[in-house]
Amino acid sequence: MKSDPVAYFLVTAYALLTTTLLLRYPRTNLATDLIFVLFLGTILILHKSALAKSYKLLISSLILGLALPFFGTLNPFYIDVATFIGIFVVLALGLNVVVGFAGLLDLGYVAFYAVGAYLWAIFSTPQAGQIWPAWSSHFPLAPLWFFLFIPFALIVGAAMGVLLGLPVLRLRGDYLAIVTLGFGEVIRVLATNLDRPINITNGAQGIKSIGRPPLFFAPFFQALGWNLSESQLYQLYFYFLVLIMVGITLVVVRHLNDSRIGRAWTAIREDETAAIAMGVPLVKMKLLAFAVGASFASVMGMLFAAKQLFINPPTFDLIRSISILSMVILGGMGSIPGVILGATLVTLLNLQLLPRIAMELGQLNLPPYIDPTRYQRMIFGLLLILMTIFRSEGILPEDRRQKELHEK
Amino acid sequence: MNVNNISDSEASLARRTLGFTLQNIFKPILQIILFILCSILFLSFIVIFLALILRGSHTEIDLLNNVLVILPQVIIDGLVRGFLFATIALGYTMVYGVLEFINFAHGEIFMVGAFTGAGFASILNHFGFLKGFPAIPFLIISLLLGMFVSGSLALLTERIAYRRLRNAPRLVPLISALGVSLLLQDLMRMIVTATGLGFNTSYRTPDMGKPWQIAKFIIPDGRQAVMSIDSRSLNFIIAAMIMLIGLNYLVSATKLGKAIRAVAEDRHTASLMGVNVNQIISLTFLIGGALGGAAGVLFGIRVGTIDPYIGFLNGLKAFTAAVLGGIGNITGAMVGGILLGFLEAFVASYLSLFTNGEFAGANYADITAFSILILILIFRPAGLLGETVAQKV
Repeated sequence: MKSDPVAYFLVTAYALLTTTLLLRYPRTNLATDLIFVLFLGTILILHKSALAKSYKLLISSLILGLALPFFGTLNPFYIDVATFIGIFVVLALGLNVVVGFAGLLDLGYVAFYAVGAYLWAIFSTPQAGQIWPAWSSHFPLAPLWFFLFIPFALIVGAAMGVLLGLPVLRLRGDYLAIVTLGFGEVIRVLATNLDRPINITNGAQGIKSIGRPPLFFAPFFQALGWNLSESQLYQLYFYFLVLIMVGITLVVVRHLNDSRIGRAWTAIREDETAAIAMGVPLVKMKLLAFAVGASFASVMGMLFAAKQLFINPPTFDLIRSISILSMVILGGMGSIPGVILGATLVTLLNLQLLPRIAMELGQLNLPPYIDPTRYQRMIFGLLLILMTIFRSEGILPEDRRQKELHEK
Repeated sequence: MNVNNISDSEASLARRTLGFTLQNIFKPILQIILFILCSILFLSFIVIFLALILRGSHTEIDLLNNVLVILPQVIIDGLVRGFLFATIALGYTMVYGVLEFINFAHGEIFMVGAFTGAGFASILNHFGFLKGFPAIPFLIISLLLGMFVSGSLALLTERIAYRRLRNAPRLVPLISALGVSLLLQDLMRMIVTATGLGFNTSYRTPDMGKPWQIAKFIIPDGRQAVMSIDSRSLNFIIAAMIMLIGLNYLVSATKLGKAIRAVAEDRHTASLMGVNVNQIISLTFLIGGALGGAAGVLFGIRVGTIDPYIGFLNGLKAFTAAVLGGIGNITGAMVGGILLGFLEAFVASYLSLFTNGEFAGANYADITAFSILILILIFRPAGLLGETVAQKV
């Protein structure tokens, strides 16, 4: 699109149209699903267009900061979907640092997510007292601690990343894939079994009534005359928390990629031997990539635990890692807009499209084994094979990678 | 085969091959048997030593006698697990040898083999033939069927999902293999739920005969420690042994094996020497897949119940075994598999005994494999039998 008045008009009209349609039909059904996707598509159109930066920023913030939360007060389902999209965008961006930027295949990424989730879950519930009886007087932590805990989760996540990375990063890439896969399983098995001899994770039952951050703005809202229920308030709250996290992650990832560190990662990804020869500190840079990815996952795990109020080991199984990897591959390894698009598409597929198809099929009285929500593995498997064979650079590829893959 | 071209100069060598061949086949087998005996002695020594040390802390039970009474059975269990991992690990190691690529889908090839056998058995059962079917022909037919289906499937995946990615960046075929693995898992799940076999498919077999008692020991407190092996496990070990010997013969003493080794050494040079590289790579997948399928059938017969996700964990452990022995090295894969099997069996049986039931051994046995994997990668990344190779630039 050219940057002339017509383009501005068209984009604005599109944004207005989808927003109006969305707000007119707040019911949960197939039509709203479609409108919701078109509505989110505004962001993609803005990204692809050649309009002024300030205009793009204005429209996106209006859409994400005003229209979507307002719609969320009308229909809680879609704001939940949007929150999950945000969570997965951050996770996918974190994994993209490891897989896309540095070229290290991490198949146990969800382990770090689990670490963050369990960290907050344990210390914000009486579960902490089970580990060490003397702690029961100090824990559970007050809600306000949530924000102080974020940097802590960040550090623990990064430390876990370094710990896992240290032994294996000196080796070739494919070993790393298997070791991370194993590590993901180890964390899940530990979470399932560490209810004995000391009850740390409460085993397979999981941890209930996890603490949430305080609703400090609730009185202010009431003063303004907005009467929202507590669950609505929490939904909006988590939506904005996630939105802020997406913003922070974007800034961090962008700057990292454009920095010396990002260039070192690219060098490692393209040719390790050449990178060493050029004086890139290999292990240090790989560890850094691992730590950055892990810390994002850990913080998002914390947010996820607080949002869901309940976590148990199956939440963090292999298929979760695979779906995050699919997001990165689908969108385009190394490409930030691509990864965001990939995360959005896969999350929509998981939370909206598949259940919807399953519902529609359910009315046809088909045998239960055709239920598409039960075949996530097959869908992701097909997605991975088809993407690698036909378009291994992803939907919105990074320029450099596209050139690399097509020069042969 | 195009390998014929390189064989002219070998005509003179062929005369003294019989002794050479025998040596080539049986030396690794002897090595493995020796290795098995050594690991049994070593691990038994460790548990007995631990039992003697920890004796004071467990006053209510007699630790040493409890350790001794199950020891023979633990050894048999370890041996069976070991051969399972060894047979699967061969598929990983052969493919890695020729392509330097981890075939993630190999665990699923194994799983498909198990289901082929189970399907065959349930068809027999449906027509009422299963009860009276003699055990040995049943085993052989199941094995051949499993090998055929799994081998063809491995061939097919290579052709569809890996071949055109051979020159892509390293990460790309790995991701494709992961996709194949996930796809096969759910495809199989769909098939078994649709055909009524059920997610947990029971593997029916004709009567396989009674357990065979090998030896009996009297332990200090007067109880008897019985070392017996049930016929399913015995079949497993014998069949696995035969396959391993066959593979060893194929790789180390035939022209085909020479071509495989040539491709593994240097694909480009091998093709200049007249080896059809694509054919050899397909063949490697076929052989590895067939071995995996056979392992699947044997595994299914032994455990009795299989589900579409059995390939994942077993595949992962078999890969660990391959790395443990030195990936790309065939004897190494067998040695690694057997060692891992023993370690797992010992952890599964003794961990809860030594920790007074605080840690359930079976749950932590799975972790053992990964801990070992990480430890080897730190201390001896080339594996037990692997040699350090300089990275090709």
